Amino acid sequence: MAGWLIRRTLFAFATAWAISMLSFVVIQIPPGDYVTSYIAQLQSQGTIFTDDEAQALRDLYGLDQPVILQYFRWLGLMAQGNFGVSFEFNRPVLDVIGDRFLLTIVVSVAALLLTWIVALPIGIYSAVKQYSIGDYAFTFIGFIGLAIPGFLLALVLMYFGFVLFDANVGGLFSPEYAQADWSWDKLWDLMQHMPIPALALGLAGTAFLMRIMRANLLDELRKPYVVTARAKGLTNSQAVLKYPVRVALNPFVSIVPFVLRDIVGGSVIVSIVLSLPTLGPILLKSLIAQDSFLAGTIILLLGVITVVGTLISDILLVILDPRIKFKARGG
Amino acid sequence: MAEDHTTRTIESNVAVGVAREEERISVATQWQLTWWRFRKHKVANIAAIVLIMYYVVVLFADFFAYADPNLPAAKRGLLPPQPIHLFDEDGWNPHVLAFEGSRDPETFERVYKILGDQQISVQFFAQGLEYEILGIIPWDRHLIGVSDDAGGALAQEHVSLLGTDIQGRDMWSRIIFATSISMTIGLIAVAISQILGIVIGGVSGYFGGLIDTVIQRIIEIVRSIPQIPLLMGIAAAVPKDWSIEQIYFAITILLALILWTELARVVRGRFLSLREEDFVMAAELAGASRMRIILRHMVPSFLSHIIAATTLAIPTIIISETSLSFLGLGLRPPAISWGVLLQQAQNIQVLALSPWLLLPALPVIVAILAFNFLGDGLRDAADPYGT
Repeated sequence: MAGWLIRRTLFAFATAWAISMLSFVVIQIPPGDYVTSYIAQLQSQGTIFTDDEAQALRDLYGLDQPVILQYFRWLGLMAQGNFGVSFEFNRPVLDVIGDRFLLTIVVSVAALLLTWIVALPIGIYSAVKQYSIGDYAFTFIGFIGLAIPGFLLALVLMYFGFVLFDANVGGLFSPEYAQADWSWDKLWDLMQHMPIPALALGLAGTAFLMRIMRANLLDELRKPYVVTARAKGLTNSQAVLKYPVRVALNPFVSIVPFVLRDIVGGSVIVSIVLSLPTLGPILLKSLIAQDSFLAGTIILLLGVITVVGTLISDILLVILDPRIKFKARGG
Repeated sequence: MAEDHTTRTIESNVAVGVAREEERISVATQWQLTWWRFRKHKVANIAAIVLIMYYVVVLFADFFAYADPNLPAAKRGLLPPQPIHLFDEDGWNPHVLAFEGSRDPETFERVYKILGDQQISVQFFAQGLEYEILGIIPWDRHLIGVSDDAGGALAQEHVSLLGTDIQGRDMWSRIIFATSISMTIGLIAVAISQILGIVIGGVSGYFGGLIDTVIQRIIEIVRSIPQIPLLMGIAAAVPKDWSIEQIYFAITILLALILWTELARVVRGRFLSLREEDFVMAAELAGASRMRIILRHMVPSFLSHIIAATTLAIPTIIISETSLSFLGLGLRPPAISWGVLLQQAQNIQVLALSPWLLLPALPVIVAILAFNFLGDGLRDAADPYGT
């Protein structure tokens, strides 16, 4: 088991490293270098910039050096907590990101929890009552759910919220809490705003997991040990919940990284539609303004969320399915 | 006695029928079996028909549209949809009701009033704007147009089937042209990513060993990265002064580069399982070359799987393109795609007053559903020997 976990951790680091390279590519591809854009921005605001100052900035980011060295310098600066300066917001990148990183995680986890809470019972129901009206209804809803991109669902929810309740259903906080410090009241306010983003982000994943759970459990229910259990007089719920559901849960957990990946990716667009104070809206803003350090950092952070999520679900999988320990030992 | 004889004849006929059926199955080629199986999948058949209709619209977009999709009309901004009424009191008389636009003196918003007594007669297969079918044959007929008695008027000045957008451009025609862009970008991107996937997955599966391990790790890493932020980051770097065609190809290739991994996995899996099959062994023993084994023996037996996987990959690409364009990072006006059209629906105040701006979402959802159902049906049919 330790070997397996070490391998998964190494893989997580490899992925994080690949993401950091790709993020750096995003920083590099806009024409011109960062300092040139930064100075142009400052000068347009009337700040006077000497050549020496510009050179000092170039040296800090190593912009005169080869790209590879620039990449490592960027990693090094980040390790020291220096993520660069956002000239679009005229503040350090870390300041701009602030609470948004945490809120992105909160929204993503809420959506993920929703997919689990909804998909698990429905999947079990659909498998046990295969071909019932309920099963067909859920399958139909599932297909629709898979076909509606999150941001379209968010648009539709916004529209109906506006027309039916005359309220703006976007945002994560009521106006009075938006700038306030964290408190229990603010947390409660956040929870109240969560259902719509969670629904918009989680519907596709829910539909997907529902179908996986149904298919897995159906396979499991046909196996002889379930027949034996029933023959021995176990009640229906015992014969279903005790073993088949546990076995069917395995792929259910192992697929979570992909669901989380799509939720985190989708959160960018959904947040823009619902104007959530997460990383999404500032990513778009920074990309349009070619504010490259901010954009690169955000893409890196979004990647890191999925990597950590994947690692956590790997660990959960071992707890859930002890067979993996033996497989790892054998192979 | 006679009755008994009849029964026996029927029985033997049935037996012969079953035997013929079995014989038909046992001599059928794999493609025939796949086709028969696919035909049984009703939903997939319907999905196939829907998609064929989509591509008919793509090919003959100029015929289905009746207005210039990029022609702004200041006096027709945010006009509500005008449904076609097929009958009036006197019977068959397709028409739309005329609108009169004016400014609200207080809010300065444009308001439209239906003029109940004024009908604009509509003709099917009517003459209208001139265009070229498939870019070659000049023609001027459109699915709908206004009647000749309007004095040679153009439909775009009188009819707005699905309303108009903020700049007064006809939504129906814009959706038609957006369909042709969005549905083709998906196909081309999928074709490129499938070539990548087949080559890389094939190499990985056929050679195995270290090459396989390295490729698999790379695929695993690519698959665990959230795609949308990365796509956004790269798409944002596409220069602003590129032409529509350049941006179209840049976005297509970008989508293909990110989405090849799924097919690479399918192909590798197939290769791995086929390598152990008896017929591959037989071909090797008969002295067939590697290339011949791959192309003549292995590829045909998993081609149907590739087609199914391809179909299932198209929705992802359509969603990605729509998302990027929706954010203003993909195709940009004057190019028209579903995502570009949906950009106007971002402003909730405008949307609340003119909900028809959300209509382009409908073809997106129907297309994704259809590709998913078709792909499911094809995947079941791709394995005609299974249960």
